[in-house]
Amino acid sequence: MRTVIFRTTAPYLTSLMVLFSIFVLLRGHNEPGGGFIGGLIAASAFAIYGVACGVPPVRRALVFHPMSIAGTGLFIGALAGVISLFAGVPFFTGLWIYPSIFGVEIALSTPLVFDIGVYLVVLGTIASIALGLEEREKL
Amino acid sequence: MNAAIDGTFIAILAPFIAAAFAPFVVRMLGHNGSWLLALVPAGIFVHFLGYIDQTAGGAGIASVWDWWPGMGWPLSYLIDGLSLMFALLISGIGTFIVLYSGGYMKGHPQLGRFLSFIFLFMGAMQGLIISDNLITVFIFWELTSITSFLLIGFNHTKEKSRRAAIQALVVTGGGGLSLLAGIILVQLVAGTSDLSTLLTQPGLLQTSPYYLPILLLFLGGAFTKSAQFPLHFWLPNAMEAPTPVSAYLHSATMVKAGVYLLMRVQPIMGDTLIWSIILPIFGGLTLIVGTLLAVRQTDLKLMLAYTTVASLGLLVMLVGTSNTIAIQGAVIYLLAHSLFKGALFMVAGLVDHEAGTRDVTKLGGLAKAMPITFGAGALAALSMAGLPPFIGFVAKEELYLGIWGTELPFLALTITAVIGNALMLVIGFAVAFKPFLGAKVETPKAAHEGPVLMLAGPVVLSLCGLASALFLHWTSVHLLGPMASSVAGTVLEPEFHLFPSAIKANLILSLITVAIGLILFFRLASLRAAMDRVLRAIGWGPDLGFDQFMSGLVLLSHRVIRLIQPGQMNLYMKVAFAATAAAVLLPLILLDELPDWPEMPQMLFYEWGVLAIAVIGLAAVLNANNRLTAIAALGIQGFAVALLFMLFGAPDLSFTQFMVETLSVVILALVMTRLSLYQKDHRSVGRTIVDGTLAVAVGGGFFLLLLSVTQQPFNSELSDFFREHSVAIAHGRNIVNVILVDFRGVDTLGEIAVVAIAGLAILALIRLRPKRKLDALAVADNSNASVKANVKIAQVQETTS
Repeated sequence: MRTVIFRTTAPYLTSLMVLFSIFVLLRGHNEPGGGFIGGLIAASAFAIYGVACGVPPVRRALVFHPMSIAGTGLFIGALAGVISLFAGVPFFTGLWIYPSIFGVEIALSTPLVFDIGVYLVVLGTIASIALGLEEREKL
Repeated sequence: MNAAIDGTFIAILAPFIAAAFAPFVVRMLGHNGSWLLALVPAGIFVHFLGYIDQTAGGAGIASVWDWWPGMGWPLSYLIDGLSLMFALLISGIGTFIVLYSGGYMKGHPQLGRFLSFIFLFMGAMQGLIISDNLITVFIFWELTSITSFLLIGFNHTKEKSRRAAIQALVVTGGGGLSLLAGIILVQLVAGTSDLSTLLTQPGLLQTSPYYLPILLLFLGGAFTKSAQFPLHFWLPNAMEAPTPVSAYLHSATMVKAGVYLLMRVQPIMGDTLIWSIILPIFGGLTLIVGTLLAVRQTDLKLMLAYTTVASLGLLVMLVGTSNTIAIQGAVIYLLAHSLFKGALFMVAGLVDHEAGTRDVTKLGGLAKAMPITFGAGALAALSMAGLPPFIGFVAKEELYLGIWGTELPFLALTITAVIGNALMLVIGFAVAFKPFLGAKVETPKAAHEGPVLMLAGPVVLSLCGLASALFLHWTSVHLLGPMASSVAGTVLEPEFHLFPSAIKANLILSLITVAIGLILFFRLASLRAAMDRVLRAIGWGPDLGFDQFMSGLVLLSHRVIRLIQPGQMNLYMKVAFAATAAAVLLPLILLDELPDWPEMPQMLFYEWGVLAIAVIGLAAVLNANNRLTAIAALGIQGFAVALLFMLFGAPDLSFTQFMVETLSVVILALVMTRLSLYQKDHRSVGRTIVDGTLAVAVGGGFFLLLLSVTQQPFNSELSDFFREHSVAIAHGRNIVNVILVDFRGVDTLGEIAVVAIAGLAILALIRLRPKRKLDALAVADNSNASVKANVKIAQVQETTS
């Protein structure tokens, strides 16, 4: 599988897919997409990178262990629910703010934070399974 | 009654937050970080001091925070004399434990983690005693078991620590399950599990036909947690934990959770015949067995541990009488015990830390080198021995007054208490005086006085034991009286006297106790030898019984697993698919709900094309001449289905289906290359027929099920709701996503937790040695199943929208 063409294009393909996954994640509230599908795309991006260039470069690129990423995602997801408590509304009530950044109104919300958590959980879990399966010699 | 977050809720949360920061503080400040961290429990202590005047009249303060209305599980607290006393003990002693840990574990690379566990425990214990709702009590109850497990097993490289940790978890965790069953029964009988409501209905539970099972289940929880005979064995073993843990969890606070529970339910479950038979018998037995076993030990910590068992027995015995004076005795004794036992444990730790051993026979004459430690230990031991002018003396006077009588049951209780207290004096003196007085003995380390961090705790706690007795009026009005009122269920305004005004039976009993104790103290060596002989003659104990029970359990589960999990993937899949087919087909056939054959829908040519691709994919699967081709061909079918979703207006589902199919193929292919399976799938004709029949049954079953679902009248209530409200209140046009992250966000939270946990399990399976090839095959199916499960979830939610 490790042809020169694949090895050369894989990094570009991976970065494009990760970028696309973030795009899919962020548009999810209004257009097809969301954290779950975004996470799957990102995970397959890293799986491809792993197949092409071997697992160690992927692990170095990810910095953290994929399972820690998943754990962080779960934490962020839960946190999104807890934020509402500090605003004095029931658990998991969606909160929205519309700050203006460079003159553009951006909608930020706790559901978005939660979706980022979902994204990280799916990304971390699937990537850790795929990478675990890819590095067979080391076992 | 209704409130949002107030100061007390923050006080409940504070230890958990401190637990998160403790490792960082230690990394920055080293062991001196405990000065900073100790401010947290100190602040909580001050916060709860503010309640003293409010509960003084015996009143309780309840507050509810309905943080999640849909769940019907508000967080609520109840502060009355009982919970206030515990809250003050937990935060007050906790302050000194945090300091002490800094000194005791100075330079230990895991000090930060240790303090983190201590704070987690503190939060759990505080939650336990302050919660108004019994379910919440249960959650915190189990959390204390878990944190205790972590702390006992802190030196996890030692086999003994691991065994002790598991033992404690099995015993106390098992007891917690019994408590949960009891709580559910209470909920069913009384219709509420709020203590503040239950306490207003005394007699309700006692007269219920379910009273006996409820009581026994509650006792199952309380007796395991508070180490009552014959389930006491885990507590001495728990001494494997570092000394601050022994001082905090296993003497002053956690083990009293069982006593707390009994005291809490005394007004609603106590004062019945069965209550006043079971509790005094088990409590009394525990008292005697605990003190006798303590005599036999030479390790300072173990001696103290067995007397803790004994003291818990004494408390259970007193609560069991349901007699107000005995209850007052129990209340004072509980305070006294927490103070003197916490101090003595810390003294034992200091001796161990500075002299290098805690074997009492190898210690002596340390008083000159460690005068402050000696002073603190002596004060605590005098309180433990029940001598004036210490709080222990007041406790003993009161409890003797409560149980003294000339009838046989009272006499039995009195004799038990006298023997137990006399032996307690023996151990107290042996711990606090033997190592310090007499001739100087060579110790492994040249002993000198401990650091301030470690001295603060024992000094302050033992002085509290003195001060609470000297200012007895204040103590009884503000702490002891309100607490006794909560336990008794009626408002009591007791007057305690430090010095008895007249010579009554209790004073004489005290004198007898001290006399017996002193005689035995001077014959401790021969007493110890005698106990040793007796125990050796018996040769079996519950600790050994625990091992036998556990190995029996392992053997049993091993056999069950061998029976139901033979390790053949083929068989698992057959059973799973046959069950699925039966579950889908049987109701349709038996209830005669088979759908009508539908008319052929009008489809466009490219739609037919997609369908054809799916069929071609399936045909390729069946005709593939190696496994890898089959997997890829299965992917073709999946992509075709994803296309169909897209064409018929479910872009999100289609999107997800594409990704899931891709990843399934990749992961399956990876698994296949890992396993050195035959390239080709060999099946005999017989097996092909069986497998084919199963496949057709499952596929056909789902076909019929979906067909009959679409023939039901469509209820558009939910879709209308979401269409109407998605943009209006959730600000999102993608209904599926809005449902996932907002309307049903909590469900999704649960789902991603499942995804993460499944991931961990799969990772563990992948990491197993290559020789376990069968397991790796299971990995593939699990990962595939979990991904598929998520698609199912998405599909279900798609259909609701």
